[in-house]
Amino acid sequence: MSAKARFYDEMFAAPGHIRPGYKAFSDWLHRRPEEELAQKRAEADWLFRRVGITFAVYGDKEGSERLIPFDTIPRIIPAAEWEMVSRGLKQRALALNLFLHDIYHEQHILNAGVIPAEQVLTNQDYQLAMQGLTLPNKVYSHIAGIDLVRDHAGEYFVLEDNLRTPSGVSYMLENRKMMMRLFPELFAAHAVAPVEHYPDLLLETLRDAAPAGVHDPVVVVLTPGRYNSAYFEHAFLAQQMGVELVEGPDLFVKDGFVSLRTTAGPQRVDVIYRRIDDAYLDPLAFNADSVLGVPGLLSVYRAGRVSITNAVGTGVADDKSIYPYVPDMIRFYLTEEPILNNVPTWQLRKPDECEHVLANLSELVVKEVHGSGGYGMLVGPAASKVEIAAYRERILANPSEFIAQPTLALSTCPTFVEAGIAPRHIDLRPFVLSGREVRMVPGGLTRVALKDGSLVVNSSQGGGTKDTWVLESALPASGGHA
Amino acid sequence: MLSRTAGCIYWMSRHMERAENIARVLDVSSQMALMPGGLAREQIMAPLDITGMREAFVASGVKATADEILLFFALNPNNPTSIYSCLRQARENGHVVRGKITAEMWETLNATWLEISGMTREKLKRMGFSRFLEWVKERSHLFRGATFGTLQRNDAFHFSRLGTFLERSDNTARILLVKAPAFSPSEERDTAAVDYYQWASLLRSLSAFETYRDIYRDSIVPVQVAEMLLLRDDLPRSLHACMNEITQTLESIQGNSGKEAKLLAAKVHARLHYAQIEEVIEEGLQKYLQDFISDTHEIGARIQRAYLESV
Repeated sequence: MSAKARFYDEMFAAPGHIRPGYKAFSDWLHRRPEEELAQKRAEADWLFRRVGITFAVYGDKEGSERLIPFDTIPRIIPAAEWEMVSRGLKQRALALNLFLHDIYHEQHILNAGVIPAEQVLTNQDYQLAMQGLTLPNKVYSHIAGIDLVRDHAGEYFVLEDNLRTPSGVSYMLENRKMMMRLFPELFAAHAVAPVEHYPDLLLETLRDAAPAGVHDPVVVVLTPGRYNSAYFEHAFLAQQMGVELVEGPDLFVKDGFVSLRTTAGPQRVDVIYRRIDDAYLDPLAFNADSVLGVPGLLSVYRAGRVSITNAVGTGVADDKSIYPYVPDMIRFYLTEEPILNNVPTWQLRKPDECEHVLANLSELVVKEVHGSGGYGMLVGPAASKVEIAAYRERILANPSEFIAQPTLALSTCPTFVEAGIAPRHIDLRPFVLSGREVRMVPGGLTRVALKDGSLVVNSSQGGGTKDTWVLESALPASGGHA
Repeated sequence: MLSRTAGCIYWMSRHMERAENIARVLDVSSQMALMPGGLAREQIMAPLDITGMREAFVASGVKATADEILLFFALNPNNPTSIYSCLRQARENGHVVRGKITAEMWETLNATWLEISGMTREKLKRMGFSRFLEWVKERSHLFRGATFGTLQRNDAFHFSRLGTFLERSDNTARILLVKAPAFSPSEERDTAAVDYYQWASLLRSLSAFETYRDIYRDSIVPVQVAEMLLLRDDLPRSLHACMNEITQTLESIQGNSGKEAKLLAAKVHARLHYAQIEEVIEEGLQKYLQDFISDTHEIGARIQRAYLESV
């Protein structure tokens, strides 16, 4: 009882006391026979498998494709709450894009001493090639996935910004489709804000990014290929937007432009929504061994004759060593107070903070500055003495490679597990689109840690997903026409 | 259409057609091997000559029994012309372009592959060769039917058709080529019994036996067989019919690429369209077929250059 109360539960304000947003759902859930719900879960599993909504797992012996577990209990966000969260996300995305433009141009924020210059300029993801290059609408991170968590009081915090090639939006869309198929009656009883127009917003955002003077831009999605863990999503988004899904060798540079190899000859490409990392984009400019990229792409990009989304060099702004400064960016560029707060973060490159962290490893979460996907982190309370000792050695070898945060009391949401329904920890990844304006669809992808007590929600670490409902405040009159 | 996409669709269809053709060749040779007389041996070896795989088979060191040769063409993953290899290639190419073909096409490819990848020598023997070969033909019919019945008539459809008919024309020519030495201008009209069965099985392998009866209302005369399989344009596996499809399909593909492929296809087509069988036999059937095979190979190479790896 006391253990459970340490966390904010999305459905229950207290045992037996249901929050208003979940009232109708909870009533519905208790009226449904257990067998029927189990059958619906099996149906969802079968449908996902048949359509092939899978992800490849790195490091898996069999290199197999796995299904991301899908939970049929939605995560519900009241409209007023989402209104605040979405304002906070817009503010953050604006500030991060202003920051990226600034550090590749005048560097006001560094000159003002708000962020130590060496933190930015010596960062491995700071791309010298981007200096002085002005992008359409001055947007760098056109698609940002900003991960949110809630503390024990229910307050939202930003856990990390993903400004390079954030993935997961296809699951957001497929989860909604699945819920509507399995439980249409729930959507009749709830005013769930739609998300299905995401591919349209994405296409508009990508078209907005086209080089100046191009009126009907040709957009393509660039994938590393079908062995990539997110290949399903690349193919899905290309198909939903009605644009070509291409691999590096499908593109070539000639006469100062990027073209597509087609059966009718070369076709000019204006916007590349790339889902491969900076290092592999252009073997002439970056990793010379890359066979995924397009030789000469960067020179065309620098000449302003093709747009790359997200831009080259955004990684410097979502690095965990820069993360602690995002609230300062918001104050500096927008002269506003941050609407969404950061999780308190210790930077181990600072000796006093490092000392504090080393003394409290068993209570903290320690992450690699350049890591992602839940790999290579230490969750102190869940780690053994041996694991902590080994991690301590890694920190001491190079403290500036790490940051630490308090072990977050991530909120919980009721979830189907083997023993029935039980609370499991969740986070939220909304997708923020920056074109001529900043837009998003309500909600995002809710990830859930399926193991009891686990705080790691990454799909690569056994996490699952839920449909995310932002409830409009009032239900429209049934069957009414305006 | 993206060149890579067109290439995958083209090779997907070529490999499916090739699997069917190999099944047809094996069907005939396995039946002929049951005939009495010294020719049985020659018949068993025929698939090796038709596909040009005799050396590879000899190099594999396996004894040249009827069963081993059939297995070499049914299941051997190291034989690029085996049914197993063709169905795998068809499925792999289809997988890459899953979003550009219909779900029915993909599911046919995938289910076919799953079935043959689970096939062993023992299972195949229990099933029986002729049933297995029937199954391969049925899967090819099903795939072609799914393509015809569901695929939008755009360049994806056109490249699929190109793959099918280039492969088919090559196959018909190769089957005939093996019999070509039997033709000579001085051909007598009395055909020995063994010969009769050979010609009849050749016609059956191309699903042309009934058509022959329908057209000629005559016993089997080699010159007429050659005329039908080369020059008739209403028999779906004849060279003329295949070239009709290829020239028309090339014209339907959008854009101005492929002039060289179109030129050669038109020449080959004209040679069939305006030819008399007597002239062909006079000049030598063997040479005619060899030229045809190298011309269709060249058409394939020009299609590859113009559309599938264009710059």
